[in-house]
Amino acid sequence: MNLHYTSEQTRCREEVRSFLDQNLPPDMRDRVLNGGHRGEPEDIRRWQRILHQKGWGAPSWPKEFGGPGWGRVEQYLFELECAVAGAPAQLPFGIKMVAPVLMRFGSPAQQQHYLPRISSGEHWWCQGYSEPGAGSDLASLKTQAVRAGDHYIVSGQKAWNTFGQHADWIFCLVRTDPAAKPQRGISFLLIDMRSPGITVKPTTLLDGTQEVNEIFFDQVRVPLANRVGEENQGWSYAKYLLGHERTNIAGVGISRRDFARLKRIANIQMRDGRRLLDNPGFRARLAQIEIDLTALELTNLRVICADAEKGEPGPESSILKVKGSELMQAISELMVEALGSDALALAAAGGTSPGQLPTPLHAHGVTALYLNLRKVSIFGGSNEIQKNIIARMILGL
Amino acid sequence: MLLESTRRLMTDQYDAHHRQQILASPEGRSIAVWRQFAELGLLGLNVPEEDGGIGGDAIDTLLVSMALGEALIVEPFWSSAVLASRAIAKLGSPEQRSRWLPRLAAGETIAVVAHEEAGTLHNDPPTATRATPTDGLWMLEGRKAAVYHAPSADMLLVSAAVAGRAGLECGLFAVPRDTSGVKLEVFTTVDSQRAANIVLDHVQVPADARIGTDVSALLPPVLDYGLAALCAETLGTLDRLLAITLEYTRTRVQFGVPIGRFQVLQHRMADMLTHVEQSRSMTYLAASSSRSAVASERAAALSAAKVVLGRAARYVGQQAIQLHGGMGMSDEMPASHYFKRLLASELRGGHTEAHLERYAALSIN
Repeated sequence: MNLHYTSEQTRCREEVRSFLDQNLPPDMRDRVLNGGHRGEPEDIRRWQRILHQKGWGAPSWPKEFGGPGWGRVEQYLFELECAVAGAPAQLPFGIKMVAPVLMRFGSPAQQQHYLPRISSGEHWWCQGYSEPGAGSDLASLKTQAVRAGDHYIVSGQKAWNTFGQHADWIFCLVRTDPAAKPQRGISFLLIDMRSPGITVKPTTLLDGTQEVNEIFFDQVRVPLANRVGEENQGWSYAKYLLGHERTNIAGVGISRRDFARLKRIANIQMRDGRRLLDNPGFRARLAQIEIDLTALELTNLRVICADAEKGEPGPESSILKVKGSELMQAISELMVEALGSDALALAAAGGTSPGQLPTPLHAHGVTALYLNLRKVSIFGGSNEIQKNIIARMILGL
Repeated sequence: MLLESTRRLMTDQYDAHHRQQILASPEGRSIAVWRQFAELGLLGLNVPEEDGGIGGDAIDTLLVSMALGEALIVEPFWSSAVLASRAIAKLGSPEQRSRWLPRLAAGETIAVVAHEEAGTLHNDPPTATRATPTDGLWMLEGRKAAVYHAPSADMLLVSAAVAGRAGLECGLFAVPRDTSGVKLEVFTTVDSQRAANIVLDHVQVPADARIGTDVSALLPPVLDYGLAALCAETLGTLDRLLAITLEYTRTRVQFGVPIGRFQVLQHRMADMLTHVEQSRSMTYLAASSSRSAVASERAAALSAAKVVLGRAARYVGQQAIQLHGGMGMSDEMPASHYFKRLLASELRGGHTEAHLERYAALSIN
């Protein structure tokens, strides 16, 4: 049992750190270190361009498809270092979701057309899975795709779609055989967001942002050539995706970054005449979180190394998702608690946009972050579903 | 009676749709609803009969506060009709009482108590705000933190440290909001109400603006009374959020069944219920203790209540969002508004952990 990085992995890590030192724009870094997890759209685009220029636009891809050909541990280290340094997280929808499906099940023509444009950032991708009536029970989705000549006609509604308002393309699970058992009648379609009949309606979240949308499809024509793989095999491609590319599902780097922010806050805030950092109760809770983060990182590495040996990811990623999301939420909770009444302000001057809050700078955005992160135990497969997977697939119950 | 008539008013005038409209309005509150409160006598709840009120007590306040917490009002009932009215009724001279209380009860004036400072518990003595006598006037300097409904107030009741003969005293001063030198840093709170940090820069008020004399021993019971009422509002919010969540799990169907059938979610809601019942017990204790003359007993009971309610607010709030799934994240669903109100309840009057420490200091030896 070797808990140390190899010299290649260490060298890769150093290379990434050095690259970040020289190429991460300071203004972008400051926004990320003190902001929410998604990042600003402009920062996401800009950073993608910078990475692409280095040849790291798609860090998880094999060499044959234009990636750096890193092993899983190198990929993990890359994301960790980027997160800790304050680089915006690359959106997963293109790079980590539709791309692996294209590589495994797509036609050469699809691969040649879409993959380079994902890596370069030319195409911004979003995901069309959930529907108002199909959340945890995704297989019950209803958006229909009916064959008409060399097209599908797609009608229905998707929900909780992240950043659809910025996206160029959407990959959708649609029903192509209503008569079959739910999982057997689903296909995987690639749809141009500029197609006539598509309406994007932002959903305002409890933190006041509009990070997600409803997408309405009203008789949208989609060429047959935009279907990936076989008709009615879409569910198996989605399952492939869910198990695949979970290297960073625990969000260790992001939590390390947030933890550093929490300590900065605890260093400034006072309680009973001393720094909160010196309050024994608070200090103990910080210690617990740091310990949990250490354990999570090791479990994460063990899982990805085991996956590398087996050749395919397993249900252990559910452990990472549950623990990772709980830790992320715990850190944001402690940030709010540390701020006390300074965390009450959400928008300036009695308005609704954040503006210049009349609270200390280190308090800005913390409450919004806490509210926003309630989603991490819900989206991406709720923690209840993840525990079902652990019980069924690992414990055999 | 009071509970039922307040609930009826809320059902008629304050459903989710109405509330969204109020939130979107420029003032962020409803003058019409405030008038209704006045008509029902609610604004005179803590005003003695001889001063134009209905002379209610801690229990009456508890019941009304619960009903208002259920409806998630954003009007300054707690600030003006509970805390400020109580302060003037208990601490004011007969002249001060007759000057202000009838107007408060009639809804013609809104007053808020500006007491808390950064990092304090609800009844800590003021240290960041000082009052100095100058030429027959009082000069106020200092800073108050996160005062709910200060932006709507006509009058601020500001607590300040006063240098007295035997050391630091505590004074309470009636400061019209538009007095020169009073600066409000207004913000919208996480629970959609209006609040402000108050900066006092060379603020002068006349001698008769001082309410009572040294209120070091008299102001804390008033603040305790206020905290007990806030606990009651929180209880109403907890009750309603549990009910909303229960209803959602009964109607939301996934995998062919209402999700409320899944045992994991049933146990979750059982845990939520347990939190709510513990909170109910402690709310009653808080209201009952706020009448006690023994300061340490009151303090321990109120801090204990704050802790139980704080834990409940955290658990019930978070789990309500979780059980609503994606819909819990939406601003359009009532659940997220209840969740944010519960978050604010943890942050007001001193955080849960700070109260835990106070309780330990008072009771564990």
